[in-house]
Amino acid sequence: MNSLRRNPVASAVWLVLAVILVWLIFAIWPEWLVDILGRKKTFVTTLLNGLTLAGLYFLVASGFTLVFGLMRNVNLAHGSMYLLGGYIGWEVAEASGSWILGAAVAFLALAVVGVILQLVVFQRMQGDDLRQTLVTIGISIVAADLMLAAWSGTTYQYQPPEVLFGATELPIISAVRSNGTEVFLKYPTYRLTVLLVAIAVGVALWLFLNRTKLGMMVRAGVDDREMLAATGVNVNLVFACVFAIGAGLAGFAGVIGGTALSIAPGEDIRYLLASLVVVIVGGMGSVSGAAIGALLIGLAEQFGLAYFPTYGVVLTFLIMIGVLAVRPQGIMGS
Amino acid sequence: MKTRSKFLASSALALMLSAGGALAEDIKMGAIAVLEGAFTVLGEDSMRGVEMAMEEFGYSAGGKSIELIKQSSDASPDSAVRGARKLVEQDGVQILVGPLSGSEGIAIKDYSKTQPDVTFLNGVSGAQDTTLRDPSDNFFRFNTEGAQWMAGLGEYAYNEKGYRSMAVVAEDYSFPYTQVFGFLEPFCRLGGSAPQDARFYVPIGNKDYSSVIAALPDDVDAIYVALGGADAVNFLTQYEQAGGDLPLVGGSITVDQTVLGSKGRVRDFVIGTPSAGPISDTWEDERWQAFVAKYKEMFPDGFPSPSLFAHGYYINTKAALLALDAVDGDLSDGGAAMREVLASLEFETPTGMVSLDERRQAIGSIFLTEVTEDGDGNLVNKTISVTENVNQTLGVDYDKFLEYGAVSRENPVCE
Amino acid sequence: MSDDRSLISRVHPGWWLLGALLVIYPWIASDFFTYQIGGYTLILGLIALSLMILAGYGGMVSLAQITVAGVAAYTLPVFGANSVDVLGLGWPVWVLYPFAILIAALFSTLVGLISVRTEGIYTIMITLAIAVSFFFFARQNYVLFNGFQGFAGVDAPRFFGIYWRDPTPFYYVCLVTAVFFFTATAYGARSTFGLTLQAIRDNPRRMAALGYSVTAHRVYAFFLSGIVAGTAGVLLVLFNGRVSPGTIGVDIAIDILVIAVVGGLRHPIGPFVGALAFVLLENFAIDLIDRERFNTVIGLAFLLVVFFSPDGLIGLWQKAAARFGRKSLDRGANPTGSEISTELAGADNS
Repeated sequence: MNSLRRNPVASAVWLVLAVILVWLIFAIWPEWLVDILGRKKTFVTTLLNGLTLAGLYFLVASGFTLVFGLMRNVNLAHGSMYLLGGYIGWEVAEASGSWILGAAVAFLALAVVGVILQLVVFQRMQGDDLRQTLVTIGISIVAADLMLAAWSGTTYQYQPPEVLFGATELPIISAVRSNGTEVFLKYPTYRLTVLLVAIAVGVALWLFLNRTKLGMMVRAGVDDREMLAATGVNVNLVFACVFAIGAGLAGFAGVIGGTALSIAPGEDIRYLLASLVVVIVGGMGSVSGAAIGALLIGLAEQFGLAYFPTYGVVLTFLIMIGVLAVRPQGIMGS
Repeated sequence: MKTRSKFLASSALALMLSAGGALAEDIKMGAIAVLEGAFTVLGEDSMRGVEMAMEEFGYSAGGKSIELIKQSSDASPDSAVRGARKLVEQDGVQILVGPLSGSEGIAIKDYSKTQPDVTFLNGVSGAQDTTLRDPSDNFFRFNTEGAQWMAGLGEYAYNEKGYRSMAVVAEDYSFPYTQVFGFLEPFCRLGGSAPQDARFYVPIGNKDYSSVIAALPDDVDAIYVALGGADAVNFLTQYEQAGGDLPLVGGSITVDQTVLGSKGRVRDFVIGTPSAGPISDTWEDERWQAFVAKYKEMFPDGFPSPSLFAHGYYINTKAALLALDAVDGDLSDGGAAMREVLASLEFETPTGMVSLDERRQAIGSIFLTEVTEDGDGNLVNKTISVTENVNQTLGVDYDKFLEYGAVSRENPVCE
Repeated sequence: MSDDRSLISRVHPGWWLLGALLVIYPWIASDFFTYQIGGYTLILGLIALSLMILAGYGGMVSLAQITVAGVAAYTLPVFGANSVDVLGLGWPVWVLYPFAILIAALFSTLVGLISVRTEGIYTIMITLAIAVSFFFFARQNYVLFNGFQGFAGVDAPRFFGIYWRDPTPFYYVCLVTAVFFFTATAYGARSTFGLTLQAIRDNPRRMAALGYSVTAHRVYAFFLSGIVAGTAGVLLVLFNGRVSPGTIGVDIAIDILVIAVVGGLRHPIGPFVGALAFVLLENFAIDLIDRERFNTVIGLAFLLVVFFSPDGLIGLWQKAAARFGRKSLDRGANPTGSEISTELAGADNS
């Protein structure tokens, strides 16, 4: 509301854009619009793809940004954690036949890995940001090679729970046949689930940060680490908790992403880069920034792929450089 | 400081001396493949092919024993050349087999021109330009390449399947361009069409094809898919999830055993997908069956059946050994006699006879296959037909073929 | 620097010995060792040196140094000659090489402008993102970069009757370049600019309060390191005879970081020591261990150095030298923090 009062023009522009978007989604497209933008099915599906990919990116990047915000630790092994979570979850799901168990174990296993890393490695070099970052690079090089040794170069795909396989019919008319029947848009159920999970995790993180005592400590630590320590809080415990959540989310995202797409060598770098770009755009250390950044990047990537595949990859990086040029600290950065 | 310098000098000296340590009688052969990174499994299978050929000859040819020296590249042309240079200039190999991927092949071909006394044989790399344009006198390729691998598929899609217009989904680099070219060239010559705005070249390693799938046109008869490995698995799954119902036509590595056997959901809808390539897993011919049996015996923990990588390296290594036999292992003339033998060599491989054209490029057999379900519910490729003596210019005259231009996203135009 | 002893006596005799060894090296080494070990070590060492300038003196770890070198490397076939029938404007080398280095230095300046406005630790992320986006762009763009294939047929010039890619001449070109930039770095570090940069690394707030422009100094450091990396890029494309997106991939960017850190970021000799270790491993690891786990070896070496010897192999050497009562390798180099402040007190505000 504050921003509305402060900036009525911008708010009005946003409102108009939102109305146009809703109209684009639900209206039956007239001919001239199809001529400009192509089929409605392509547009709406790409939009949904962008949103669901943004959900996945948010899951990975939120842990990354949380850890950075509190500890100034740029964890460049975050992508390795994503990949390791994917592999571990796959093994568990395959052995137990339960996808949900796989996802849960992936979260817990990586949370444990995160705590171990924090206690054994990062705690020793507290305050030495650069050295911590270099260590994470070393870990990611070794981890990638060891995972390659353990799981080879084969592609792994999860079998999601049966209810999530297949497509859902959405109340969106994609086209009207010549005989007047309306064709409703179908969209993969699993990808919709990804979006819901991401929103749920986002809400849970918000509640954790704003409604729990530990969350308050974390927020206080983000603002001023020394002050937090001075008030008698066991900072190392808080750090270990945050690292557990951050790494656990990466591992969990490995299962979610491995089901939506797949798990193979190289995915570690891919998701590390996605996380980097998302948090650079959104603002380092800010969970809401990660959400906004993920939305921007997810949509840019998918629209790029659908409408100009050759340079789609470059588009996301252009957005990043653009944001950096105008607002070096990121959209939500302080 | 002094200690350090001495150490450097003496260790360097030791390394330099060790290069000349082997018996002068021996012949040194180098093999280069990708043995690090994500393609390691393919490089390992390549090396299995080399070892099968060496084993067959008892690691000797023309009365001389052969020392095999392996080298790895990381699939980039720079590292392939560095690896080759180490084998040739440091280890002193007289024969080099490799590399694995297309742009590496072109780089090694360029390098071979600076080493006229060394005989280079390709591994399995399949770029057209390695031998088509500006070939090298001492670079031989006894395996067929990406465009040849598509032989018969365009005709099959047009005549037998009755497809008239195709969409294309392919990775965005030279090997898929070559495959698209090899498929579309005959398909379009027959009258088929593949509009430019229905061709989707997706950056390699992109895992999310959902938006490409959404953008695929409805008014085509089928989709030609030239993706490999993880990319192919992702595309096929996502295409099914999105409710796609157009029939598919596959590139040489789109529906091969690594994709069909990937860990995940069985993709029933790929049944009936035709593709073509240099090998067919299920070919009944006894030459191929013997090769498969030998492979399984030598490498119980290898693939269920030799891949086209093992096959390519095997053929090229075997060609080198046959030529060595013919010259009694005499390379004292810088290998000139051996290369003369190689140029006119014609021999029986697990996939039939192979010979070379005047640019030292293989003329060989190509298999047209179709995905079917075997008795146990596994998806396998069934051999439909074998086209023998497929040459690099796909049956047309060399000069006319060059007029088609280099492979690219838009070649052939085919509107 | 109130040291007025003669140049010769000021330099540790070890340096003269090392120099002599480097000069006679092509006579005692085979062509392969001269070119692929010697030449390539010096090139990688130069790229790592450009990172060392930023990271060691400026506290800014950049992962885009191979990208800067790549810009120069791509400039050669684009404006000079290549064998792939794409562009190749045929400029003469005496315009082409300086132009390539200048373009690379400007690109580096741009990277600096984008990345140094934020807090130090961001630099590593932003430069990584820049490196990757440049890699993707080069791979996708056919008009300027010839896409996935890149350029081949970049030939070295022939003049004075010498073909400059022959192992020995090429090695000497690399050596002269490396010695030049090494010396320039070692002396530049003690210049007013070098000392200011190091002071900014240690305490940017205080320097800003003293009236120094932190951003300007950092961006200028990027420009200077861009000249080093750009020159190395020209040598790199001549060395390979080709350039493709694989030349500037993210794995190479990481390799450069590994080389610089393992060698040591405290002294300009560090990057060259790291490069030598890396090149020897790359070429001979397969003869000793399974090449398959090459990256594990590299990664572990990197981790060990970061954990136990933050100053890299050079740090180990200095420790060992100190233990055996020898003088430090870099006598007089790298004043400690307090010395910097003292010297700054007397330095003019720039």
